[in-house]
Amino acid sequence: MLLTMTTIHAPATDLGFLLHKHPDRFQSFSLSVGKAHVFYPEARADRCTACLLLEIDPVAMVRRRGQDQPPLLDHYVNDRPYVASSLMSVAMSRVFGTALSGNCQHRPALVGQAIDLSATIDVLPVRGGEAILHRLFEPLGYEIEATRHPFDEQFPEWGESPYYSVTIRGRKTVSELLRHLYVLIPVFDNEKHYFVGEDELEKLLAKGEGWLTEHPEKEMISKRYLKYRSSLYRQALDSLLDESEQTTSEVSWTPRREESLEASLSLNEQRHGTVLAALRASGAKRVVDLGCGEGKLLRELLKEKQFEQILGMDVSVRSLEITSNRLKLDRLSEKKAARIKLMHGSLMYRDRRLEGWDAAAVVEVIEHLNPPRIQAFERVLFEFAKPTTIVLTTPNREYNIVWESLPAGSFRHADHRFEWTREEFRTWAKDISKRYAYHCRFISIGPEYENYGPPTQMVVFERVSAS
Amino acid sequence: MQIQIPKLSLVVLIGPSGVGKTTFAKKHFLPTEILSSDVCRGLVSNDENDQSATSDAFEILHQIAAKRLARGNLTVIDATNVQPEARKPFIELARKYHFLPVAIVLNLPESLCQQRNKERPDRNFGPHVIRQQRSQLRRSLRRMKREGFRHLFILDREESINGATIERVPLWNDQQKENGPFDIIGDIHGCCDELEALLTELGYQQIEISQTSGLWNDSVFQHPENRKAVFVGDLVDRGPRVLDTIRLVRNMVHHGSAFCVPGNHDVKLVRKLRGKNVRLTHGLAETMAEFDSLAEEIRKPFIKEVIQFLDGLISHYVFDEGRLVVAHAGLKEEMQGRGSGKVREFAIYGEASDETDEHGLPIRSDWAVDYRGRAKVVYGHTPVEEPNWLNGTVNIDTGCVFGGKLTALRYPEMEFVSIPARKTYCDPIRPFQADENSSVPLSAQQKQDDFLDAEDVIGKRSITTRLLHRVTIREENATAALEVMSRFAVNPQWLIYLPPTMSPTETSAEPGLLEHPAEAFSYFRSQGLPQVICQEKHMGSRAIVVLCRDQKAAQERFGIFEEANGIIYTRTGRRFFDDTLLEKQLLDRLCNALESSDFWNRFQTSWVCLDCELMPWSAKAQALLHQQYTAVGAAGTASLPKAVFALEQGLQRNLPDSQEQFAQKLEHFRGRRQNVKRFVEAYRQYCWPTDTIEHYRLAPFHLLATEGHVYHDKNHFWHLKEIAAFCQHDQQLLLATDFRVVDLLDEASRRAGIDWWFDRTSRGSEGMVVKPFEWINRGKKGLLQPAVKCRGKEYLRIIYGPDYDSEQNLSRLRGRSLGRKRSLALREFALGMEALERFVRREPLRRVHECVFGILALESEPVDPRL
Repeated sequence: MLLTMTTIHAPATDLGFLLHKHPDRFQSFSLSVGKAHVFYPEARADRCTACLLLEIDPVAMVRRRGQDQPPLLDHYVNDRPYVASSLMSVAMSRVFGTALSGNCQHRPALVGQAIDLSATIDVLPVRGGEAILHRLFEPLGYEIEATRHPFDEQFPEWGESPYYSVTIRGRKTVSELLRHLYVLIPVFDNEKHYFVGEDELEKLLAKGEGWLTEHPEKEMISKRYLKYRSSLYRQALDSLLDESEQTTSEVSWTPRREESLEASLSLNEQRHGTVLAALRASGAKRVVDLGCGEGKLLRELLKEKQFEQILGMDVSVRSLEITSNRLKLDRLSEKKAARIKLMHGSLMYRDRRLEGWDAAAVVEVIEHLNPPRIQAFERVLFEFAKPTTIVLTTPNREYNIVWESLPAGSFRHADHRFEWTREEFRTWAKDISKRYAYHCRFISIGPEYENYGPPTQMVVFERVSAS
Repeated sequence: MQIQIPKLSLVVLIGPSGVGKTTFAKKHFLPTEILSSDVCRGLVSNDENDQSATSDAFEILHQIAAKRLARGNLTVIDATNVQPEARKPFIELARKYHFLPVAIVLNLPESLCQQRNKERPDRNFGPHVIRQQRSQLRRSLRRMKREGFRHLFILDREESINGATIERVPLWNDQQKENGPFDIIGDIHGCCDELEALLTELGYQQIEISQTSGLWNDSVFQHPENRKAVFVGDLVDRGPRVLDTIRLVRNMVHHGSAFCVPGNHDVKLVRKLRGKNVRLTHGLAETMAEFDSLAEEIRKPFIKEVIQFLDGLISHYVFDEGRLVVAHAGLKEEMQGRGSGKVREFAIYGEASDETDEHGLPIRSDWAVDYRGRAKVVYGHTPVEEPNWLNGTVNIDTGCVFGGKLTALRYPEMEFVSIPARKTYCDPIRPFQADENSSVPLSAQQKQDDFLDAEDVIGKRSITTRLLHRVTIREENATAALEVMSRFAVNPQWLIYLPPTMSPTETSAEPGLLEHPAEAFSYFRSQGLPQVICQEKHMGSRAIVVLCRDQKAAQERFGIFEEANGIIYTRTGRRFFDDTLLEKQLLDRLCNALESSDFWNRFQTSWVCLDCELMPWSAKAQALLHQQYTAVGAAGTASLPKAVFALEQGLQRNLPDSQEQFAQKLEHFRGRRQNVKRFVEAYRQYCWPTDTIEHYRLAPFHLLATEGHVYHDKNHFWHLKEIAAFCQHDQQLLLATDFRVVDLLDEASRRAGIDWWFDRTSRGSEGMVVKPFEWINRGKKGLLQPAVKCRGKEYLRIIYGPDYDSEQNLSRLRGRSLGRKRSLALREFALGMEALERFVRREPLRRVHECVFGILALESEPVDPRL
């Protein structure tokens, strides 16, 4: 809510000229959701400080909902009035527009001159911790000083909040400093951005001219501007999910644990390769990928002429949307498009659309089911859908010890409800085979350790034919 | 000519162009019953005579016909239909939907047709067309009967066409006007001793009658209250008194005190008696031996009458306005009340697959598993140990001849009455009685109920509830619910209820306040209620507790085989505790309290469902707390002092032009600093550590249901009293909810209610819930809100933000609209009560699940979350 800029470049009061705001006046400007005030707590020749103070009207912000613009906020009670967010950038362009563009009638010589400047932001929500501050500001030549605030001093067990009071110092022109802050403040925040319109995004990127392309983190910076538009469905879903489960949070700073752990082994490729091999060997023509996620296996299946009918099913509509985009389903040739279909469905419910397929792939799915619900899954798949071949993979828990970065006892993915040892997996698979008249054989995927086995375990079920 | 056609006919009119089919059809049938090829041609091409549109026209004609037949509507095809290949698809269509194909041929001299066509300017085809059609018809006439038409009527004179009348005859199986009451009796197989005992037990009396032929007995069973017996067939074979059984049943049917449908054994006997080559297996030998022992002179005439009786039996009956169907082997919904060879086949033999089991008997695919029909279906055919309802169907063949028992179902009472077999007359080929050592037997319904069908939840749905008639679920909401239900919800067998959302009061005009009890009171009073009950609103998380007395009860009643005798779940159906040990401790404590208060015995139940608030709030809402509430507190606490400090510095500069602005803003930001402080204090009250069970408090406020009962018929005073009775047995964990009854017509009482709210909320309470004294109330516009909440001033700070109570903000916030929230609250309430009622009635899980799934779906509708 507060941006404080100080210089000791003599005469420091020239800051007033550079910012185009008189040091002896308190000035207010209207914003669409509140006001911005500019004033100088100190204005001496040796030291001059300018403040940009936002007075956000939380009620007005909420009332924008339902208009043409995307909703600003998930919640009505939120930190926006107290932090520096994209609203601060909007205020900067409104209040310091001239300074941002590097114009100054009264001190033209000073405009292009780098001077000692510092800026303090109270408070900056930083998703991803202090390291991000350094990663983004240091390449631009700033020194950084940051104080992290606790969630609630009465509840130390809740830990540190994402809010920092941040001061950066460097020799910059005022215009440079403003442009850096203009672009980067919303990046730290990584919340839904407040833009007045589409063109605001372009303006924002224009402020990055001259430095953004050189910035080592330029990709991340740009990515975070991607505006998020939610479908009807997603809004509906989000209102049911807990905070931690919401689909709206954008790309997180740290890649998902499971992906990063397994990336070193290129396990995903090996897994899909092996699943593909098993499906090909089964002679299946009609295959269904249950829990197709974002469609990586589907893409492989689509390349194989053997598979005449391919069905991808997932419980997450969001995943199916991504799959549809990735596979460019709307642009496939008619012939190819006729081979593949996506469908929203659940393995917890018997589904007649799953009957009559030659083979089913169930890749890294079962571990996402709550153990008491596995029985429902078994009946849905083995009793009702009963494809001739079922290829199923799941992590081998024993292998987790190999990854030093994975805390002992924890699962590879936050949504895993369990992970099986080789013994548990085999016992389950054999029992299932017996109950539902399937043969099963086991295949290891990935580098195998004598004591721990492979990272991924796979089973191929073949239905015992009726004759 | 008088034409009689079955009510469920597909009437195919046949005749050349110009013969008068359309006129004939319009005279005898409803316009909507007639599907004309000319009209269809017009629909697709704008020209009824455009022959190039013929194939498109017939495509839609067939589609409409199929839909009509599927829905059970008589349909007339108005097209020339002179070629066999044109008629064939209609015969197939009729068969597919078990309709009777009826042909009515209009055949007039060519000259007449030609002349009529000339009079119609739109018919511009040449005379050869009619000539050709007539010759095609002539060639067809000879074979038409063999094409598969059940009835064929040929009208070949103008007078007979003009003078024809059409009468629609109900099918033999249509006994919808017969409302019972009935006693439906299972497979007898010659166990006449048991049959007589059963009829006596059911209150039937033997009446003397005089027989005309002397071949039959001279007595008949009748019920003094005119109840009717319905026999599900398989009267014969295997048992000791087959002929007596036939005599008894025949006499009852003959004298109107019973109905009987044929079983496969009865049909086989008829074939044998007619001299067909039938193997004497499965007890037929015993039946034939009884015939052989008859005196020579009566044997032949008796056999003739037996054939006549058994052969005349109707494959199935539809009774009681379509609410009851009886067939020997059961009947799918789409076959009920229809007539075709397939229907008869199914009713008598069931749907046998080609596979056989280890005893060499055909494996019957169980149609009842997929049954979704409205009618109750009662059947026999396959012996079972106990009659078991499954999706509204029940098999009452309890294997009397195999040493089981003979069972009757009393309808509409739905009670079973059985007479045990005197002995085992015949060893069953396949054992039908369960091993005595096997564990808790699950009902057929429970066995099926560990899976649910996607068809029962996805897409746009409409759920019929007792309280609100229909509740519609939109497709996108069902989609959202499917994902959440699949990924996060507890086992659906536990999920018998989800709580409805609750609306706040209308906004108050009192300065500094957004909500105040006065509005809640006047809402209910204006709906005509004299009395409300105000309950303290606890600030925790909503928790539904389903608890069984022991694990056995959990297995028997809920079909749950986890090691748990209960569960606690959230308002979105998630398990409340990740820590199952903690959950178990909590449930055990509650169970002990119920035990000590003699709850289980007093309520004659082995399970209970409670609507509760579980505290502290911080136990469940950690993520919400951190991402929203503590975040606001932390950000405000950190930044506001900085702003205040900067403004103070500015003020000290004593700038003449800006002094006033500095002072004003300083005051504003100091005020906000204070508000954030209050905000933090507000949420802190609802947070405390939750390391052990000692930190938790459970406050039940609705005793929702126990065995056989949903308690929405009890007033809230009763609920709180009953709950307090067991809460006092564990006051450390359980919290009885404090309440006040307010007389809305007494100003002092209203005042006291308001004071109580002020007092409570000023001491940190969230607020109160105002409920009508009775739970379910109807007002001028239908169902009333079952409850309205009125939250405290400081609590609302958490909901509306730290600065919400400045007059500037309040004046805008007061404009909130409650319509959507209140409509949601009612729909969810109706669904929740419906779910419980269905569970208590032991309806199939899918019927319960449909309702809770609906609530979850409705919860995904966008609505202002601050309400």
